[in-house]
Amino acid sequence: MKLDAKIPSGSISEKWSKHKFNLKLVNPANKRKFEIIVVGSGLAGASAAATLAELGYKVKCFCFQDSPRRAHSIAAQGGINAAKNYPNDGDSVYRLFYDTIKGGDYRAREANVHRLAEVSVNIIDQCVAQGVPFAREYGGHLDNRSFGGAQVSRTFYSRGMTGQQLLLGAYSALSRQIGLGNVQMFSRTEMLDVVLVEGQTRGIITRNLVTGAIERHAAHAVCLATGGYGNVFYLSTNARGSNVTATWRAHKKGALFGNPCFTQIHPTCIPVSGDHQSKLTLMSESLRNDGRVWVPKTKGDNRRPEDIPEAERDYYLERIYPSFGNLVPRDVASRKAKEMCDAGRGVGTSGLAVFLDFGEAINRLGEKAVKQKYGNLFDMYHQITGENPYKTPMRIYPAVHYTMGGLWVDYNLMTTIPGLYALGEANFSDHGANRLGASALMQGLADGYFVIPYTIGDYLASSNLPIVKTDHPAFVEAENQVKDRIHKLLSIKGKLTVNEIHRQLGKIMWDYCGMARSAEGLTHARKLIQDLKQDFWTNVNVPGSDADLNQALEHAGRLADFLELGELMVVDALERNESCGGHFRTEYQTPENEALRDDDDYCYVAAWEYQGDNQPEVLHKEELVFENVKLTQRSYK
Amino acid sequence: MKGSMKLTLKVWRQKNTQSYGRLETYKISDVSPDMSFLEMMDVLNEELIRKGEEPVAFDHDCREGVCGMCSMYINGRAHGPKSGTTTCQLHMRSFKDGDTIVVEPWRAKAFPVLRDLVVNRSAFDRIIQKGGFVSVDTGSAPDANIIPVPKPMAEKAMDAAACIGCGACVAACKNASAMLFVSAKISQLSLLPQGKVEASARVQKMVAQMDAEGFGNCTNTGACSAECPKEISQENIARMNREFMVAKLTSDLEA
Repeated sequence: MKLDAKIPSGSISEKWSKHKFNLKLVNPANKRKFEIIVVGSGLAGASAAATLAELGYKVKCFCFQDSPRRAHSIAAQGGINAAKNYPNDGDSVYRLFYDTIKGGDYRAREANVHRLAEVSVNIIDQCVAQGVPFAREYGGHLDNRSFGGAQVSRTFYSRGMTGQQLLLGAYSALSRQIGLGNVQMFSRTEMLDVVLVEGQTRGIITRNLVTGAIERHAAHAVCLATGGYGNVFYLSTNARGSNVTATWRAHKKGALFGNPCFTQIHPTCIPVSGDHQSKLTLMSESLRNDGRVWVPKTKGDNRRPEDIPEAERDYYLERIYPSFGNLVPRDVASRKAKEMCDAGRGVGTSGLAVFLDFGEAINRLGEKAVKQKYGNLFDMYHQITGENPYKTPMRIYPAVHYTMGGLWVDYNLMTTIPGLYALGEANFSDHGANRLGASALMQGLADGYFVIPYTIGDYLASSNLPIVKTDHPAFVEAENQVKDRIHKLLSIKGKLTVNEIHRQLGKIMWDYCGMARSAEGLTHARKLIQDLKQDFWTNVNVPGSDADLNQALEHAGRLADFLELGELMVVDALERNESCGGHFRTEYQTPENEALRDDDDYCYVAAWEYQGDNQPEVLHKEELVFENVKLTQRSYK
Repeated sequence: MKGSMKLTLKVWRQKNTQSYGRLETYKISDVSPDMSFLEMMDVLNEELIRKGEEPVAFDHDCREGVCGMCSMYINGRAHGPKSGTTTCQLHMRSFKDGDTIVVEPWRAKAFPVLRDLVVNRSAFDRIIQKGGFVSVDTGSAPDANIIPVPKPMAEKAMDAAACIGCGACVAACKNASAMLFVSAKISQLSLLPQGKVEASARVQKMVAQMDAEGFGNCTNTGACSAECPKEISQENIARMNREFMVAKLTSDLEA
């Protein structure tokens, strides 16, 4: 298979404009003849479904939650980047492009990232027009703050609930189209397979999570906007329901999976408190604007933080990276926290935490100002830990947060299966090996509002798409496969609960495929995962029936997919003999313990092709060509 | 960390919307004060599965207090004993060793029980679909800074927009009224210049849908606001009432 990213020719700043002109259009009267399925209702899914419906297409949208407003985009706190340059501090589309490429450690596609930076400005306009309440200055204009990996203030925000406000904006646009009858919404419905006819994507198979009914839906194209797969680690900042099932089933039907091992470990999360833990909570990176990260200078110093004098504190990020200080990119901040804890200087009962201290900011700005900026984050911390961060420093530790990998897509966001698109976190395309803060919201909305509405029309206008109904043999076969699998899961009746096995998988992934990876550990992990998969299929206990609301059954199906994905992540991490961004192989580091890239041998996207159950996947490479940005060792010193 | 609390749980079990439900009693031990309420329910469910029984179905997703999916009525209070907190953010340190805890679903005609503690809140979605938006198609927006919005207005809009649509207001209200939920959206949009244009039509359509869904009226007891995990103010209800009256008086002019 030859991977063609379909990157338009011409200079970087003209590619998208030229491409938009060259794309074929569907005439307005014909649009209503095309049916499009959108799976997922987060920022990417809701914005895509709403916009496609506004254009006149017939849209069906699916989500597994009880309402499209619940999608996990809602939990993003800090903000959304846009190259508006309102603060007049030297920002530009090119600078946002450059920062994103550099932040991704030169493993993202230039053309996609430049387009993202270009449309970033339209996103803010659109959201404000929808009534999204952003933070404002006293003059009534929009306020900005700075975020990791950037030296300009380009982040728009709504207190600590930016994701919520942007999602509710997209949800309102989607709701408007549902009300107008242009979108048919299916909540509490999970996609369990894609249906291909003559090599084209022509529909999906779903399960109604209330009645258990398996249903068929036909369409001319399908967009997967189903988010990331961080829950393969069991403990992550993702919602409990977030899963890889839609993209994994698509992968098994032939869509290549790009850079599966690129995972982001977010530096500022609330540390694990015990074995019962079911998820981890993130504290927005924006806290690093005013919070200072430190550990005691002496190993094993377990005095209370207030009792440790200034001279005995090590503000290690400020010390090692004087120019970016506490605002280094996420991968760097996470790795340094791990190093400090590994060296025995971690704090708290587990020793797996560092301090994030607002003492200096409270002295400088006053408690009231700090409260106005971060009040809800401080409250959340207080609620979870029982400690008051106005009085004592927060304790934080890195946690799995985002997955840069995902389905491989071309410049049009189409996967390797014609008519199947992947949007937002579900695709691999824009963040390379590390995503910068406040860029996930930007990408989700860019894909949904401003990219897919153009590119999907080109496919619909230029493809031969004969009529396919849901009684087509391909639908029957896909439905039978889905049913067989559900019956298999329910019939095992073993001794282990789904949760127990998921926890074990998470531990393997975190220990061997987390913040630091090695060939030896990864090889070992692969064997462990294979054994665990065997255990799952012979000894899992899924209670209840398939004709009811059965949450254990839902979880079991998702875990079965995570087990397969987990192995692919390990294989991908093992294959990439370099360190870059969030992928840190202990064998490949600079003398200062920074990630050591190998641009001669690994400057490519690893795209994996499924070969059948228990068969090794085949690697395809998309070479990354950098025509504008010079590859350098990232330095935030 | 090994837990230390022992608890008695009385949990609502109901197979589906059509069947009758009842409270079942379960004993649970080894509960850590650091667990969230939902993590305690996870422990119960693991035990039930091991015993060959069906686990308790409950809605949950983000587990950080923002998606609005969790919805338990705990000891007679929506989202339990702490104010300004969702069930997922409620920790067991808010309870004492030996406590008996009663866990029920939201109860309202407009929120039918689907199973155990899971209810159907799609009525909220249908209300939003009637007018909880600004009618602006993608691509037609002017520059974001072209209309300055006074900071105090923006802040008030943001307070209202913090609503997570969980339905606690309805569950807490003796009339099962949805006024707090509906008024939060109406306030957010009518406080901002972008939402003003459609304010009159919006309030009339959303209120009509609210009534059609079978939610009750407001009798100003304030339970909604008191139990709201995002502490949405009753001031929004007053604003909605005013908007509604003005709209009715001028409705021959608009919509």
